[in-house]
Amino acid sequence: MDFFWTTLWPLIIILAQSLLLLVLLLVGIAYILLADRKIWAAVQMRRGPNVVGPWGLLQSFADLLKFIVKEPVIPAGSNKGVFLLAPLVTCVLALAAWAVIPVNVGWAIADINVGVLYIFAVSSLMVYGVIMAGWASNSKYPFLAALRSAAQMVSYEVSIGFVIITVLLCAGSLNLTKIVEAQNGPYGMLSWYWLPLFPMFIVFFVSALAETNRPPFDLIEAESELVAGFMVEYGSSPYMMFMLGEYVAIATMCAMGTILFLGGWLPPVPYAPFTWVPGVIWFVLKALFLFFGFAMAKAIVPRYRYDQLMRLGWKVFLPLSLAMVVIVAGVLQYGHLATSAMK
Amino acid sequence: MNAVAVFFYLFACVLVASAFMVIASKNPVHSVLYLILAFVNAAGLFVMMGAEFLAMILIVVYVGAVAVLFLFVVMMLDVDFAELKQGVLQYLPIGMVIGGIFLAEILLVVGTWAIAPATKGAITAPIPAGVTNTEAIGLVLYTKYVYFFQISGLILLVAMIGAIVLTLRHKERVKRQSIADQVARTPAMAMKVVKVKTGQGLGSNEISSKDAGSAA
Repeated sequence: MDFFWTTLWPLIIILAQSLLLLVLLLVGIAYILLADRKIWAAVQMRRGPNVVGPWGLLQSFADLLKFIVKEPVIPAGSNKGVFLLAPLVTCVLALAAWAVIPVNVGWAIADINVGVLYIFAVSSLMVYGVIMAGWASNSKYPFLAALRSAAQMVSYEVSIGFVIITVLLCAGSLNLTKIVEAQNGPYGMLSWYWLPLFPMFIVFFVSALAETNRPPFDLIEAESELVAGFMVEYGSSPYMMFMLGEYVAIATMCAMGTILFLGGWLPPVPYAPFTWVPGVIWFVLKALFLFFGFAMAKAIVPRYRYDQLMRLGWKVFLPLSLAMVVIVAGVLQYGHLATSAMK
Repeated sequence: MNAVAVFFYLFACVLVASAFMVIASKNPVHSVLYLILAFVNAAGLFVMMGAEFLAMILIVVYVGAVAVLFLFVVMMLDVDFAELKQGVLQYLPIGMVIGGIFLAEILLVVGTWAIAPATKGAITAPIPAGVTNTEAIGLVLYTKYVYFFQISGLILLVAMIGAIVLTLRHKERVKRQSIADQVARTPAMAMKVVKVKTGQGLGSNEISSKDAGSAA
């Protein structure tokens, strides 16, 4: 009986929490997918999906059913094990990142000391889904896409790493909850890190687009040159898992941007009517705001050429973020000397 | 048998099995994938020892960057795997020697702990109470070992510059984009609006002046 309460019971609680998060996340993904298509349609003065359910609200669920009941086709020349493992890797890794994301004070399944590093590590593994799919398909377009994505995702990870370092320098912790609490100041949204670290916020946003292979950096599935990139040979459920993994990764990046720069669950104005709203609502609103930015970037920015993408990553973002790390560290270390000299 | 032991044996068994598969699997891409599995399980063992910073760095650096490049290279190899495996017996003795040396060294380390328990304290200094292990690493890395840290950074820098110098080729007559020039271009510099009379077309002086306009 003692064994039950000390070992099994916490395990059951964690399982229940994970299940709840998973269900909420997947339903959320179904709707941000729809929102993505609707925003894209609105920018192009179309209606977007509007047939299934009222205003097309059930479109994503209809798509889900369609993907599940279709027959999965595995190419004869493919490496079957790796071919089927690739979508699983993408999907599972994308979902695993959510284990540490705190959506409110203490509302994280695992509030670990190195939360930022964990998300960074998991998102750096996302590239394997693409590479494995590209190689295992044994086909030209997927393979080209795999090579492109390997270079692209590794390049932009470097600048995301430096952006994270600047935030860590300011917050003084790798724990996501402490990073949010470090942004809790008397000026509300003006004391969040987006303002003092504004260039880094922009670098983070653009790198997040590149890291999740979103337009304008979707060169790995550029339909005009690579048909559908690494997903050419995939259909039905494995394809759906790729799509799911992609959108969960986007949601993760939005949540991460919210935590690092937009003050997580903190209200924008630290006074009465705003502080009554539960933190989780602020968190979701901020993440949705970032996602709206993602969707608008998809709708209005033309696709980059590959050499321009590499130039932006290595010649613009890397020096900029490196310089910012030095500047932020210098200000934090010696800033007090300047203020005391002024007196 | 508590939960910690269960997880330790899980990670350890998968680690050893996947490490074996790295050398045993026929396809080199599968070998790299098993190597990645081994890295991830090693990271799991680090987490269990309370070294979560090292675990995450292991994944970010080795799995997220180094192994990607491995996979990148191995994927592009076009080798006959059966032919590749034929020479395996030829290299077996040297592999055995290296493995034997490793085993002897590990036995020596463990043997030292058994014979002289005091040495264990010298290498496994406890983390100060109330400090996370990320902070603990930072506290020694940037104070006690700062010179070693800087020197290792310099060595990496030299290695990186060396690799760039070795592979850099200056090509003559390569057209390069100047992004600043392109962005600074205005319609006035690039275009000229010409009224064309019906049936007459553009005179040759008009066309040449248009070219001059775009070149300026």
